[in-house]
Amino acid sequence: MLVLWALLFILALSATGFFLGRQRALSLVNGDQRNLHSMPKYYGSNVALKALVPAALLLVVWSIAQPLYVNYSISSSIPESAVSETSSLGLLMAEVRRVADGLDSTVAQGTISDELARDPNADLNSITEGFKSAGQILTSEITRPMLQAAQSYRSMRRDGRFYMIIAVVALSLLGLIWGIRETQPRFRARNVVENGLKVLLISAASIAILTTIGIVLSLIFNTYEFFTLYPASDFFFGTSWAPSFSGRGGSSDLGILPLLWGTLYISLVALVVAVPIGLFAAIYLSEYAGPQLRAMAKPMLEVLAGIPTIVYGLFALLTVGPLLLAVFGDEGVGIMQAGTAVMTAGLVMGIMLIPFVSSLSDDIINAVPQSMRDGSYALGATQSETIKKVVLPAALPGIVGAILLAASRAIGETMIVVLGAGAAARMSLNPFEAMTTVTAKIVSQLTGDADFSSPEALVAFALGMTLFVITLGLNIIALYIVRKYREQYE
Amino acid sequence: MKMDSNKIYKSEAATSHLPGMLHEAAKPKMRGENVNVFYGEKQALFDVNLDIGANEVTALIGPSGCGKSTFLRCLNRMNDTIDICRVTGKITLDDDDIYDPKIDVVELRARVGMVFQKPNPFPKSIFENVAYGPRIHGLSRNKTDLEEIVVTSLRRAGLFQEVKDRMHQPGTGLSGGQQQRLCIARAIAVSPEVILMDEPCSALDPIATATVEELIDELRENYTIVIVTHSMQQAARVSQKTAFFHLGNLVEHGDTDEIFQNPREERTKNYITGRIG
Amino acid sequence: MSTSTNAPATGIRANPDATRRRTIARNNAEKRFRAYGIGAIVIGLFFLAVLGYSIFSSGIPAFSKTVVEIDFTLSEEQYEAAEGQLFKTKAYSQYFIQSLQQRMAGSAENVEFTEEATERLLGKVGSTLREFYRENTDQLGQPVKFSLAASSRVNGYINGRITRDSMTDSRFLMRSDLDLVDVLRGNGIIQNVFDWNFITGADTGVDNPGAAGIGASVIGSFFMMLVVLVLSLPIGVAASIYLEEFAPQNRFTDLIEVNISNLAAVPSIVFGILGLSVFIQFMHLPQSAPLVGGLVLTLMTLPTIIISTRASLKSVPPSIREAALGVGASKTQAVFHHVLPLAMPGILTGTIIGLAQALGETAPLLLIGMVGFVATGYPESFMSGFVEPNSAMPAQIYTWAARADYSFYEKAWGGIIVLLCFLAVMNIAAIILRKRFERRW
Repeated sequence: MLVLWALLFILALSATGFFLGRQRALSLVNGDQRNLHSMPKYYGSNVALKALVPAALLLVVWSIAQPLYVNYSISSSIPESAVSETSSLGLLMAEVRRVADGLDSTVAQGTISDELARDPNADLNSITEGFKSAGQILTSEITRPMLQAAQSYRSMRRDGRFYMIIAVVALSLLGLIWGIRETQPRFRARNVVENGLKVLLISAASIAILTTIGIVLSLIFNTYEFFTLYPASDFFFGTSWAPSFSGRGGSSDLGILPLLWGTLYISLVALVVAVPIGLFAAIYLSEYAGPQLRAMAKPMLEVLAGIPTIVYGLFALLTVGPLLLAVFGDEGVGIMQAGTAVMTAGLVMGIMLIPFVSSLSDDIINAVPQSMRDGSYALGATQSETIKKVVLPAALPGIVGAILLAASRAIGETMIVVLGAGAAARMSLNPFEAMTTVTAKIVSQLTGDADFSSPEALVAFALGMTLFVITLGLNIIALYIVRKYREQYE
Repeated sequence: MKMDSNKIYKSEAATSHLPGMLHEAAKPKMRGENVNVFYGEKQALFDVNLDIGANEVTALIGPSGCGKSTFLRCLNRMNDTIDICRVTGKITLDDDDIYDPKIDVVELRARVGMVFQKPNPFPKSIFENVAYGPRIHGLSRNKTDLEEIVVTSLRRAGLFQEVKDRMHQPGTGLSGGQQQRLCIARAIAVSPEVILMDEPCSALDPIATATVEELIDELRENYTIVIVTHSMQQAARVSQKTAFFHLGNLVEHGDTDEIFQNPREERTKNYITGRIG
Repeated sequence: MSTSTNAPATGIRANPDATRRRTIARNNAEKRFRAYGIGAIVIGLFFLAVLGYSIFSSGIPAFSKTVVEIDFTLSEEQYEAAEGQLFKTKAYSQYFIQSLQQRMAGSAENVEFTEEATERLLGKVGSTLREFYRENTDQLGQPVKFSLAASSRVNGYINGRITRDSMTDSRFLMRSDLDLVDVLRGNGIIQNVFDWNFITGADTGVDNPGAAGIGASVIGSFFMMLVVLVLSLPIGVAASIYLEEFAPQNRFTDLIEVNISNLAAVPSIVFGILGLSVFIQFMHLPQSAPLVGGLVLTLMTLPTIIISTRASLKSVPPSIREAALGVGASKTQAVFHHVLPLAMPGILTGTIIGLAQALGETAPLLLIGMVGFVATGYPESFMSGFVEPNSAMPAQIYTWAARADYSFYEKAWGGIIVLLCFLAVMNIAAIILRKRFERRW
């Protein structure tokens, strides 16, 4: 909240700066802008940028750095004995933060006086009572070291924020003054503003890199932590997936192979559905269909691509699953136990991928030069012979690329498998049995009650890492193939 | 962008003591010395030395890909927009090296305006098209000033009578010849000293071409003009000086009449008589 | 093939019959091939139709609720009497049942409304009535039209979801109650009406499917989309302008390009992991908050917006840039005065489509805690809309689906209809924008 007000303040300051700078530039030349180096608005923008950008940067950096610093200094001040009472320092720190937040809001509600909240020797019972009457939830009992840590956490946080506001406002004012002092008729305001703007553009473009770094780092750190608790070889080569629900103990089997098997099996079913349908639809639409059919059918198929995956998930769970069960279940063929199965998820995922495959293949088939087709027709080949013997072989690399992209999509798909594939990890060949996938287990391991520092939760990051590496690899290969293919015909 | 208003006169008054390439005693407005241009590894211009005289029309002729457009685009550094393009040598405008890092390219382009091969009006009103340049360079004190600049520029470009009733309709709705004159008006509006024209008539029909050629002749009074053209007739009609480029080399240059009647070089002769090109 | 080159030619002349047969076979193959293509399209459209059908047939009931509408008159004496009793609401219930019986008196069947059955059908009628009359004593003695919501199971029976055969007697509904419903229906007292609460209401706990609404999560989605729009549009446009107009060809630019095309294909669940570990574990932003959801979705949407923005910047012809540079505009001015305004319709179209994608995205929201949270109310203020825990439309749909209760499945399908309506509106807006402002060069 405070950060927001500080941000609003420097925004207001920078807006004021714009008018001041503009006004000053104009008044220096008695209102005749022909005597200025740049247009007046550039002088204003210069002041505005100088008042805004450094201060905003400081605000962001400080807001990120301060909690880290406070966390670090508080956690190093907590006595060892207090840590050993709970399971880990991380958990204790979470509790300390919760108590600190609780103190803040109880004081705000007036159930505890500010003095009591700050008193390191405050009666624990009265604090707890105050918490309860303010409706704060406590997961464990407040201990003395915890309270004291929470109190110093609170005071450090408050002081930090106070200094931050002062520093940010001061920096913004300094920038404002600097910008106004620079405002002279000869000052190359446009060049300065444009360079500043360019730096902003570059930083916006760099966010893509930062995102990737963020993904990689968050995966690597947690995966590393997981492998310190659970042997990597058991993870990669284990054939059994059976996390223990009690947590804590080392009794869990966390082998990825059954999950990978489920993932690949479901993706395979999906591709078997999507590739022929998508490919033939693309061929028909690009080679045979008249403009009217094309104008109607293509958007209709693309509607399938615009439907959110949660819809497909529900469709799998509630429509396709029961339908398949009616046919293949005990009352029918008798090889299906429940509605959630590889077939259910794979079929629905295939439907989802049809427009993906068809629009990619459409582009690729259209990239094959007309001259190649003409050559074939001139020899007396029928249209289908031309397509089969000339167009498709020429488009093959591109189509392979498209299929790989579709495969990567299928492997990374989450909602359909969470709802449609079931939860049991098994390695079976029967497509009517429930199996589970890497993505589904990432969700279940991170949304359960497991403690974040336990291997049962951390395994999700290792699964995420595996998923990331596989899909990234597939994408890179696919994009490479497609690019090579396009270059060929450009 | 606010240039010294004396500058033009000062430079014209100072008689040249440099070895002039042309016969005039007057100092050239622009001059290129040993200009080499590279696109990546490929060299597009080789050691071009050419002077552009003030208040006359210089035509650059030569077969396609000979480097005449490249040279033209060096004169206002439009080549800067191409990443791989590199220029060596020296090009001056009134003794200022235009490739000096201290020179602001924006100010240079306000002094050396450009008209392109295809008419390229902004998809805005006729008024806005012409007013854009004066506005970004802050050439007007107020709105009446700006309107005056726009009207004067349109009048000089010979377009005012045709468009005075539809100043606020889109410039893209004009005919090709009118669009090109609008682009000329747009270039004039920032009161440049030199106007570069890159085959300004190649997209126009013969009647529109004649109008634009007439206009070029009139503009000579106030501006220095460099025109790239494919048509030798056009070069002969509008220019006082002609420079012939071939394969990246400046083969020959001089008075237009000289070049067309008495070319010194065999290659020039071949081109003019239509044997190469 | 192994014979001399002119053998086929002589073959044609030598054996016209064989050639004709061959041509027929080839033409048949052609027809088959065409049929495969048509078949593929038909199958695709068939799937679309099935999907649409199951969404609407299962989802429409979520928008209706079953109400009993009855004119009820309470005299002053009855009011005094009821208020004088020990079990006050019980007295009101009995008045209600009496009036119901009277209303039924004309009909052929004779049915007995017990207090328990009434409660199973209509909930605690007595307290509803009592509350009304205590607040509006002036209405005493006049007929008042009450419209009382029936329980979700009754709604299920009316909509054909529950039949006498499929149900078992429970404390929620007895088979005998269905007779009462039939009689009420026969007299036109019980009927389905549009349930505004589903659109405006908030989620309930697992026990009360009838009252659950999607309104609160629409608000949650709205705040998320606000974050996505405010962040991804300027950042995406700035990044695209840099890459398309300014970036030199060097390794840094290549690195950015590779990153963007790869991020566009990273599974959405991985973005959820990013959000969990960076925004929640590392930066300690509040769990389940639309702000965090918005940040994650921004990172996901950015590549989409950048790719489409670059395409629209690219479609502005270079002659426009040259024209601006030619009159002495700086590169920045050329881009911001001319290129960007011309590319704007395309950029907005791309942004709307990106937002529509983000609106339907579910997987990352699972990991940042938007699913576990039961959104029982609206945010208190505009600012708290960003940081207070809330749900979002797709997360709400998932939550309902995960409750594994038929009444909630119906809500989930209904939620999907609402979600698809939003998506349809956004996509249609994008199409109109494109059609209206599309410029051919």
